Amino acid sequence: MEAIYAHPKSLKPIQTKYCPGCGHGVIHRLIAEVIDELGVQEKSVLLNPVGCSIWADLYFDFDSVQVPHGRTPAGATGIKRMLPDHLVICYQGDGDLAAIGTGEAVHAANRGEKFTTIFVNNAIYGMTGGQMAPTTLVGQKATTAPFGRDPVDAGMGYPVKVLEMLATLEGTKYLARGAVNNVVNVRKTKQYIKKAFEAQLRGEGFTMVEILSQCPTNWGMDPVESNAWLESSMMPVFKLGVLKDELSVSANKEAGK
Amino acid sequence: MAQEKRLMKGNEAMGEAAVRAGCQAYFGYPITPQNELTAYMARHMIEKKRTFIQAESETSAINMVFGAASTGSRAMTSSSSPGISLKQEGISFSCGADLPLVIINVQRAGPGLGGIAPAQGDYFQATRGGGHGDYYHLVLAPKSVQEAADLTYEAFDLAEQWRMPVMVLADGMIGQMMEGVSFKEPKDPAKMPRKPWAVGHQKNREANHIASTQLDPEKFNIVIDERFRRYDEIKAKMQRYEEQECADADLVLVAYGTSARVSLGAMQMARELGLKVGMFRPITLWPFPEKRLSELADPKRKFLCVEMSKGQMIQDVRLTLNGRSEVSFFGRSGGLIPTEEDLLAEIRRILNK
Amino acid sequence: MAIKGKTEIDRERCKGCLLCVRSCPTKVLAQDSTPNSWGYYPSKAVAPDKCIACGNCYAVCPDVAITVYKY
Repeated sequence: MEAIYAHPKSLKPIQTKYCPGCGHGVIHRLIAEVIDELGVQEKSVLLNPVGCSIWADLYFDFDSVQVPHGRTPAGATGIKRMLPDHLVICYQGDGDLAAIGTGEAVHAANRGEKFTTIFVNNAIYGMTGGQMAPTTLVGQKATTAPFGRDPVDAGMGYPVKVLEMLATLEGTKYLARGAVNNVVNVRKTKQYIKKAFEAQLRGEGFTMVEILSQCPTNWGMDPVESNAWLESSMMPVFKLGVLKDELSVSANKEAGK
Repeated sequence: MAQEKRLMKGNEAMGEAAVRAGCQAYFGYPITPQNELTAYMARHMIEKKRTFIQAESETSAINMVFGAASTGSRAMTSSSSPGISLKQEGISFSCGADLPLVIINVQRAGPGLGGIAPAQGDYFQATRGGGHGDYYHLVLAPKSVQEAADLTYEAFDLAEQWRMPVMVLADGMIGQMMEGVSFKEPKDPAKMPRKPWAVGHQKNREANHIASTQLDPEKFNIVIDERFRRYDEIKAKMQRYEEQECADADLVLVAYGTSARVSLGAMQMARELGLKVGMFRPITLWPFPEKRLSELADPKRKFLCVEMSKGQMIQDVRLTLNGRSEVSFFGRSGGLIPTEEDLLAEIRRILNK
Repeated sequence: MAIKGKTEIDRERCKGCLLCVRSCPTKVLAQDSTPNSWGYYPSKAVAPDKCIACGNCYAVCPDVAITVYKY
């Protein structure tokens, strides 16, 4: 009998603080699996943002740096410039990236910084208890959109499509959107992450994988319902797939296996 | 060749000093009156194949410095007053993570957009901590282009020695004027020892986590207490000042940076009139040189604090003298530099001579 | 002959989100009726012999509480 699906090495075998069903846990595992497969645990550095995944440094078993809310791409820039041969992972939520840190995200992308951003889009502020996020859907309820996000009368704006926005910047070389709400999407998302990490290690950048992720607690649903809602409501707004792939051709053949 | 003298602007001299100190990463943003520094770093860092980024904001720049410093590399940013305000959260986080890095503030007149003329209105922000929480960091105040270069060069060593950000607090005049300056030997960043606490190159060691988060109050209190013991050690060892003719002085002028230059002139003019005037110039604004200043306290001696603001350092002077001597203030704000003549008139008024 | 497998659930680590129960194609898993020390009712292999070692449960599990073996 052989264990074919077991705990990744670069993820510590401890229980996380994340809520039951939370997508962060799956995303952490995918990152750790790819790092194990690429054998780069000893030269990986993660930026853990302010948000639920502020705890990521407790769970990943490699170096991490934590900068103020929204400044993660700036911190990652500083790290990657000093450690160009390292795998630098800029782990962000939708508040961190698309609200307070929009400036940092846009300019790091525009500079073509060679780190990889893992952008966890759960359409809500999780850690602080369910406020409206830049990616909250129109009509979706939040503690700060108690009657649902209303872009018209209440001027609450529309869900920000980050990858589509960043795709216009020449510095971005690989942008893909996955999800962790079912097995097929989990496996596809892992491939996106792997391709982005491999690109980074080849010195190509800027790479970003956006991952639609369920937040049962703040969506007010149980985990199974959350995964269904993610598909029925979020996916029509945030289309899955590879939005941009300008990685070197040779890489595509090699990665196309 | 290190000691050959050159005529240089303060801003550029601080840039050259940083490059020679082995600065591996500089992140800046345009703001008058320190633009020559950013431009100098652009040319010389790129030439030396080191990292230079003109960031999208001062806020972003300080966080790039945070990232670079967390790898154990020598990193710096520079700005002027409004830009330094934008960096305060980053500075608080850097102090909370015990990260060595260098920040240069070429002060201009505030508050608000204010003016671009030199001023000293950021003293509180620099010495009390403009960000949130209990923290301090070294603040070095040059009064000349030479001292600006020397303090910048040394700031990198001090940052690493004390594991904290170090701020060089200059002003627009020191940054913009040209004076003769010579530089110390350049250091090679590649030969700098790797820091055990830094991230990267994780060979047979536990993972390093650079952060300032601590949600458990018990643990956080211990961490802060430890840091404050280090602050006490700095206060014991790092109080720097310059003193001129205070021993017999009836009136001591207390001033730093450009104000100290004006005070020196007024002191000399007063001495020529037979007035016993001395000058006490803090070089470290944090830790404030309270030990020596306190020794000068005397009921028969008066102190006159000279600043290019409405009076901020005067509070430290009063705290130090603790009522044992009379302290008064003379200053100009808005970007004005007090003149020696005006200061001399005030000296004569105080000494009614 | 079909691949045979075995799922091993760390019932203390599991938070009872039941995403694995939903994703199992052969209905191996279901919610346990006795809670773990956290008060969660974890997932449990109620029909272990039906496991085909596909790893779906492992894939969707947010807490890496499952190990899947293949015979």
